Formats: sequence, structure tokens, C-alpha cells
Amino acid sequence: MNASALIFIIIGLSLISYFSGRHRASVSAKSQTLIALPKHYGYMTAIWSGLPALLLIILWAMFKPAYLHEQIIQSLPASVILQAQDQLDLYVNSINLAIENGEPVEDPIMQKAMESYQVADSNSKWILTTLVFVIGLSGIIFSLTGALTKVQARVKVEKVIRIFLMLCSAVAIVTTIGIVLSVLFEALRFFEAVSFFDFVFGTTWSPQTAIRVDQVGSSGSFGAIPLFVGTILISLIALIIAVPIGLLSAIYLSEYASAKFRAIAKPALEVLAGIPTVVYGFFAALTVAPFIRDVGQSIGLTVASESALAAGIVMGVMIIPFVSSLSDDVINAVPQAMRDGSLGLGATQSETIKQVIIPAALPGIVGGVLLAASRAIGETMIVVMAAGLSAKLTANPLEAVTTVTVQIVTLLTGDQEFDSPKTLAAFALGLMLFVTTLVLNVFALHIVRKYREQYE
Amino acid sequence: MTTQVNGLDSLALRADDMATQNNSENLTADKHQDVEVLETIGENILENPKFSTRNVNVFYGEKQAIFDASLDIGQNEVIALIGPSGCGKSTYLRALNRMNDTIDSCRVSGQLKLDGEDIYDKKMDPVLLRARVGMVFQKPNPFPKSIYDNVAYGPRIHGLAKNSTDLDEIVITSLERAGLFNEVKDRLTAPGTGLSGGQQQRLCIARTIAVSPEVILMDEPASALDPIATAIIEELIDELRENYTIAIVTHSMQQAARVSQRTAYFHLGKLVEVGETNLIFTNPRHQLTENYITGKFG
Ligand SMILES: Nc1ncnc2c1ncn2[C@@H]1O[C@H](COP(=O)(O)OP(=O)(O)OP(=O)(O)O)[C@@H](O)[C@H]1O
Ligand SMILES: [Mg+2]
Repeated sequence: MNASALIFIIIGLSLISYFSGRHRASVSAKSQTLIALPKHYGYMTAIWSGLPALLLIILWAMFKPAYLHEQIIQSLPASVILQAQDQLDLYVNSINLAIENGEPVEDPIMQKAMESYQVADSNSKWILTTLVFVIGLSGIIFSLTGALTKVQARVKVEKVIRIFLMLCSAVAIVTTIGIVLSVLFEALRFFEAVSFFDFVFGTTWSPQTAIRVDQVGSSGSFGAIPLFVGTILISLIALIIAVPIGLLSAIYLSEYASAKFRAIAKPALEVLAGIPTVVYGFFAALTVAPFIRDVGQSIGLTVASESALAAGIVMGVMIIPFVSSLSDDVINAVPQAMRDGSLGLGATQSETIKQVIIPAALPGIVGGVLLAASRAIGETMIVVMAAGLSAKLTANPLEAVTTVTVQIVTLLTGDQEFDSPKTLAAFALGLMLFVTTLVLNVFALHIVRKYREQYE
Repeated sequence: MTTQVNGLDSLALRADDMATQNNSENLTADKHQDVEVLETIGENILENPKFSTRNVNVFYGEKQAIFDASLDIGQNEVIALIGPSGCGKSTYLRALNRMNDTIDSCRVSGQLKLDGEDIYDKKMDPVLLRARVGMVFQKPNPFPKSIYDNVAYGPRIHGLAKNSTDLDEIVITSLERAGLFNEVKDRLTAPGTGLSGGQQQRLCIARTIAVSPEVILMDEPASALDPIATAIIEELIDELRENYTIAIVTHSMQQAARVSQRTAYFHLGKLVEVGETNLIFTNPRHQLTENYITGKFG
């Protein structure tokens, strides 16, 4: 039987043991006082029948490929095995392919290998199926015996739930660690080719020169400073737009606006976050950037047709809802008694907001700003379209700049070898970006801890 | 703000459970025996009052919480508002400094005057009104700030202190008068929300007296206090009376008797009887009042 059929069987067996456990418990509940409700006994026996079997299947799914591979190798004669490693791999691959496609093969060695594969495969399936049934039935049988009602079913179920929840959070953490580590290792490979200090403190970014080894200036220069300056510049402009507008509109919506207006305005504001960034991108490139250039020229400034300002402004509009929506929620969560207390002392509404509500809502507001900031830092499309690709080191928002994420995209598009410094630089940039946002988060957490006013 | 509601049969009060008691023999002859509150009995109208309220109706949406209450509160008087839970004491009190404005569904009608000025007039700024008419809420609601900042909040907003020593002085005297200073003097920077329920109640009292309002509305200010703290608050009320006017909601008859000069009894949103406190408690004129103070119901 294959895995999906087995899972259905497990579900069926657990259901049966749930009902039989519950039934058995309610029968004995008539003659004695039980330590848990019948349904707890049901849950417990269902877990007994289902969980170990499920774990078994998962484990099997994890180790099956390695086990079967081993079977194939063992069936091969020494002459094949003694080949060079890559040739052997190729050979085993062709066997696997043949098995997958179910094609008949001529080569007797291959045939033998396939046979032993199939024997091992069907044997293991039999064993697995039997085990699932044994475990499942043991639960059912146990549930029918009197021993069931002596168990602390409620406590046991609680324990299983706790472990399950723990595993779920562990998955999230392990995934994060995995991603960080893989980025880290690739980045370390990059730092073998380019010195760490040149990367972090270098002020010239021109990875294009490193495509071919025989080119002039093939060393390339990987100074990340211009990228980070560009990223920070654009994100700052975006935040300067988004934080005041977002926060103030959240305050208006939650403290001043009527319920009716709020019901319309809030979703309308949130639509801003749903517009695809490409749309923002061409809006920035075709409308905002020319507009800024024209205005700049009319007052005698030289403005590049692609400018950090244009990208930043449009990005700011895009992230307004991140600030406003979250802030609005936390401001609403501040208890009315706080407002009453302040108003009752003769404070005006704006004094109340400034001195009582904002401090109490600060963690949520900072959370919203952080979310908006990470969106801004990670945004690519708008920058590509409106701020350009040139890695110029400048703090002038009227010039074209580029950002880390844009460069990661340009590094990885096109056809280079995957272990050239140029491609690996993407991982190094990614790592730096990750560290930057981490620092930002820690910093924000610190601010929140310091200024937060907690209400109960 | 002021809306007159017509066609309201507000004066009829059914108290079916009382009907049987009408016939019981231990009633004195001159007692109002009707179970319907047709109009308020007693001295609800004063000459030269601080607060004057006439025909006050308060609604929460469709539901009416106060029916046609007319009550004056005199200068430098302590008036106790008593009555069973849910009868509208807090609602009436909150109408006096327009705290009901913060509740969307709440409407107040009738005439409410402070020193002869209509407090629901368009020209009346509720912010200024509340600075003059302070309030201690039924549930203690300290700000999530330090104990010091809680008390300093009002004085800072109104610019009552010229410098920081002035402010320190205001904060410390307010805390002392509320009987809290000794308990918190070592931790003035600790958050006010970290205090016990009774301490929070006194903190809120300190916070209110720190801005020296003309009138102080107290909604069960001693509900969570031990006898000693209660005595301190009652002393405070006595002392405040020299300069301020106070309306206090209380569920304790003894407290009403100790601190107030007049007492108003509310029943199901109606103002049943008003009179001198000692007379109300010794010789209530309305059957409902007598039932309440003798503990027959409510
Ligand atoms: N915000 C509100 N919305 C709707 N109804 C309300 C609201 N506040 C109070 N009420 C209703 O108005 C009536 C009077 O309430 P109020 O709080 O004034 O009673 P109270 O006399 O202060 O009672 P207690 O002694 O329990 O504090 C009650 O029936 C109550 O249910
Ligand atoms: Mg109340």
C-alpha cells in the first residue's frame, strides 16, 4: 500500500479508537467516578492509535530513498562499483529512471538491481502496513480493556498537545536557522574570493567586470557601501512619507472619525497594500519621476530622470497601510477608561492622544513601522523602475541610486557560473541585509522596552 | 446636544413586587405609599446652587437610564447619591461633567447648569468644564505611567506648577491627602498600574484633587478600601468641603451618613427622594427609600 492509503487507514483506525475509547469510558462512568471526561479517553486512544503510526510513516518517507539506494548498490557487482564515483552515480541514476518509467531493460546487471529494488520496496511496504495495523489495533484493543479508565487521560492529552505545539514552533525556528546558515555558507565562499573588508567598507560597486577571467579589470569591485547607502536613502524617504501619514491617519480614524467613515476608510487605505508593486513601479517611473524632474528643473535643480526621491515617495505611499492599519488596531485596543481618566482631568483630546494613548499603543506602532521599514528595505520592483541600477555613492535624493535587493536580482539574472564571485556576492548581500534588519529589530525592541507604558 | 423627548411616559414606575407591601400594617400614615414615583419628594431644589439640574433624561440608544431627574447641589455641599445597583447613579454623575459625551450612544436632555451656565450649551467647552468638575471613576483607571506622573498629569496640562519644586509639592500633598503617600514614597517612579486595587483608587483620588477642581464627582471612591483608608478619604472629603462641592456615589449608608449633608435616593432611573442626610436615614418619606435603607431590597 502506498503512503497516502496508509494515512487514510491511520485516520480510520484513530476514529474507531476514539469512539471505542469514549464509549468504553462512558460505560464505566456509570459504575465509577472517572478522572477525566469520556471524550478525553477518546482523544487519548485516538492519539495512541494514530500518532506513532504517523511518525513511523514520516520516518520511513525520510529514510526510504537512502535505504533503497543502498539496496541497489549492494546488488551491483564489484566491477560496476569500482568505477569512478560520477560514473557510478550516472549508472544508478539510469536504473532509477528505468524503475520510475517502468521500461524493460536489456542489461542483466540493471535487471538484477531493479529486481532487488522492487523486492526491498514491496517488503518494506508490507512491514510498514503491518506495523500501522498493529499499532492502530493495539490502541483499539487497549481502549476496550478496563485498564483504560485508570489512566490520567486528560493530562496525557494535554501533554501531547503541548509537544505538538512545541514542534510546530520548532519548525519555524529550524527553517529560519536553515536559511540563515545556507546563506551564511555561500557568503563565506564569497569572502574567500573577495575580502570581507573590501566588501563591507568598499565604496565602489561594479561586479560586471568580473564576468570573464581574462577580461581587463577582471577582479571586479564589490564595495557594498553604495548599495546600502542607496537602500537606506530610499527607505528613509519612504518612511518619512509613510510614518507620519500612516500614524496620523490611524489616529484620525480611531479617535476622531465616525464609525461609518471608519468602516469605509480603513479598507480603502488597506487597498494600497494590495496593489502590485509593478504597478507602483511604472507609476513611479512614468508619472512621479518626470513630475519631480520638471518641478526640479523649474526651480533650477538638476534632477536625474530616475531618482531616489521618486522611488522613495511611491514606496512610502505603498507602505502607508502597514503603519496605519497596525497603529489603528493598537490604538483601538487602548481601554476607554484611559481616555476617560485623561479627559476627566480636563485634558483635550489631542493631549490625551499624545500623553496617554500613543505611549500605551507604542509597541504596536513601532511594530507597524518596523514592518513598513522591512517592506521598504526589501522592495525591488519600484526601485528598478524608478531609481535605476547605477551604484552611485550619493546622499542626494535627486540622483539615481540602486539598492541591495535590486543588485541581488541583477547578479542572479543572466547566465553566469554559480560559483563565480559575482553570483556569490548575492548571498553576501543577502546576509548583510539580514543582519541589518536584525539590528533594526533589536533596536526597535529596545526602544519599545524603554518607552512602553503598559496598561492592564 | 440637548434633545427634548416628547411623549415619554417617564413618570410611571411599576414596582409590582412592592404591591403586597403596601398593605402591611407597619407603615406610618403620612408615608408616601404609592409605588409609582410621580415626582421627587423632598428638598431637591435649593436657592443659589452650584449645580442645578432640571428634568434630566439620559438615554443609552433606545434605553432610558435617567428619567426626569431634577436636583440641585449646593455650594460647599457634600451630596450622597445612593440607590440599588444599575439605578443610574453613575450615569447621572457622568452627565454633570459631560463624560457621557465619550459614549457614542448616550444622549442627555434637560437643563444642567453650573454656576448658572448651561453646561450642554454649544458655547460650553467640555474640556474646560471637566477641569472645573473633576471626577473619580468607579473603576480605578491609573495611567500606565509612574505614580508621580499620574498625579502630575493634570497640573502639567493646566500649567498649575511654576517649576519642578512646585510640581513636587503638588504631587506630594495630593498623595498625602489621599492617604497614599506613605505607602508609595519610596517608589514614586514605579508604574501606577502596579499598585493594588485600593491603592489605585487612592491614586486616582490624588490625581483628581491635584488639579483643584471646583466640584469633585466621586463614584464609589472607597469601594475597595479598608476601614483605615476609608476613614482617611472621608476625612479628606470633609476637609475638601470647605473649598469644594462634592457629589459622592456610595453603596455604604454609613459612609453617606458620615460624609454628606444631603442624600439623594435613585431608583430605576428615577430620583425618588432628596433630603437632609440625617432625616433621610431616620425618617424616610418614601416607601422605596425606606425599603432601601432598611435593607428590605436592593
Ligand atoms: N455605556 C452604556 N451603554 C448602555 N447602557 C448603559 C451604559 N452604561 C450604563 N448603562 C445602563 O444604564 C443603567 C444605569 O447604569 P449606571 O452605571 O448609571 O448604574 P449605577 O447606579 O452606577 O450602578 P452601580 O451601583 O452598579 O454602579 C443600567 O441599566 C445600565 O445597564
Ligand atoms: Mg455606578
